[in-house]
Amino acid sequence: MLMQMETRDIIICIALAIVTTNLIRVLPVVLIRGQIRHRFIRSFLYYVPYITLSVMTFPSIVETTMSPLSGLVAFVVGVVAAWRGLGLFPVAAICCAIVYVMELTLTN
Amino acid sequence: MQPFMQRNDIFGGLRDGIPIALGYFAVAFSLGIIAKGAGLTAAVGFVSSFFTRASAGEYGVYTLMAASAPYTEIVVMCLVTNLRYMLMGAALSQKIAPGTSRLHRLLMACCITDEIFGISIAHRGYAPPAYTYSAALISTLFWASGCAAGIVAGGMLPASVVSALSVALYGMFLAIVMPPSRRDGNVLLAVTASFLTSGLCAVAPLVREWSAGTRTIVLTIVLSTLAAWLRPIDVDADGDA
Repeated sequence: MLMQMETRDIIICIALAIVTTNLIRVLPVVLIRGQIRHRFIRSFLYYVPYITLSVMTFPSIVETTMSPLSGLVAFVVGVVAAWRGLGLFPVAAICCAIVYVMELTLTN
Repeated sequence: MQPFMQRNDIFGGLRDGIPIALGYFAVAFSLGIIAKGAGLTAAVGFVSSFFTRASAGEYGVYTLMAASAPYTEIVVMCLVTNLRYMLMGAALSQKIAPGTSRLHRLLMACCITDEIFGISIAHRGYAPPAYTYSAALISTLFWASGCAAGIVAGGMLPASVVSALSVALYGMFLAIVMPPSRRDGNVLLAVTASFLTSGLCAVAPLVREWSAGTRTIVLTIVLSTLAAWLRPIDVDADGDA
């Protein structure tokens, strides 16, 4: 049986989370002024967003659903739909619908 | 010199922010169920989510709180799960027009989440502050409301619905990375390599013990270094790299 934290502790923990998370966000922007000319660093920062989002998507999408197969199909169809230029919401909706329908049919 | 708060920037931010907001609501709802286990009330959950805006980070923090972990662990958890925001902040600094005031730079950096960063980077040319702000505001309101709703009504949704909603964010990530992959073969190469190595790291001995947060940080640094070394970009410093 876990002891629940007291209200004071909860507030302190959340304050720490808020301060730490936002410090991480603003630190580089405060330190880096102006445009970076260095070719390697520019290239590195150019690739960061695509790589980090891709790494976060796979294989997590397969691990988060109740059946891995539905997550895998949602991933493949999502890749194709996004490749064809569908927006954020349509792609997300298609992925959700696939998981819902597949898990409904798989469990029945 | 264009006026600072362009109306079409604000509307553009809302247009792109609404789908993110809907996805956020669903994800934050499931986060709220965990927050409830840590003893958060709906009001505290709302405030916490509004100012933190970190899915993996909040998940880690609430799990630690439920286990009555010491403060130092809370801070370390935030650092590790959110280290990618530091990389994103560095990348975002290159998408802010020169001459933008320090206050706006700080505020734009505070707006960083995976998705808001994604759409700000995807914006043609420099990312206008008004665009980032309006997208961040609408999505943050839904994020915080979703968390509060999860605390109040958690456990009322059937598991099948929660499972289906959990892939919404990943679908959005795909919609952000695939169009540039189509335009730029180097990005396609980087994205494909990311999927492959990330999948490999989840099953390979030793590294499979890594948390998803650790995996993200290590692979982002390693793969971005390799990509920058093997496929350096060739652009002018116009923010539209």
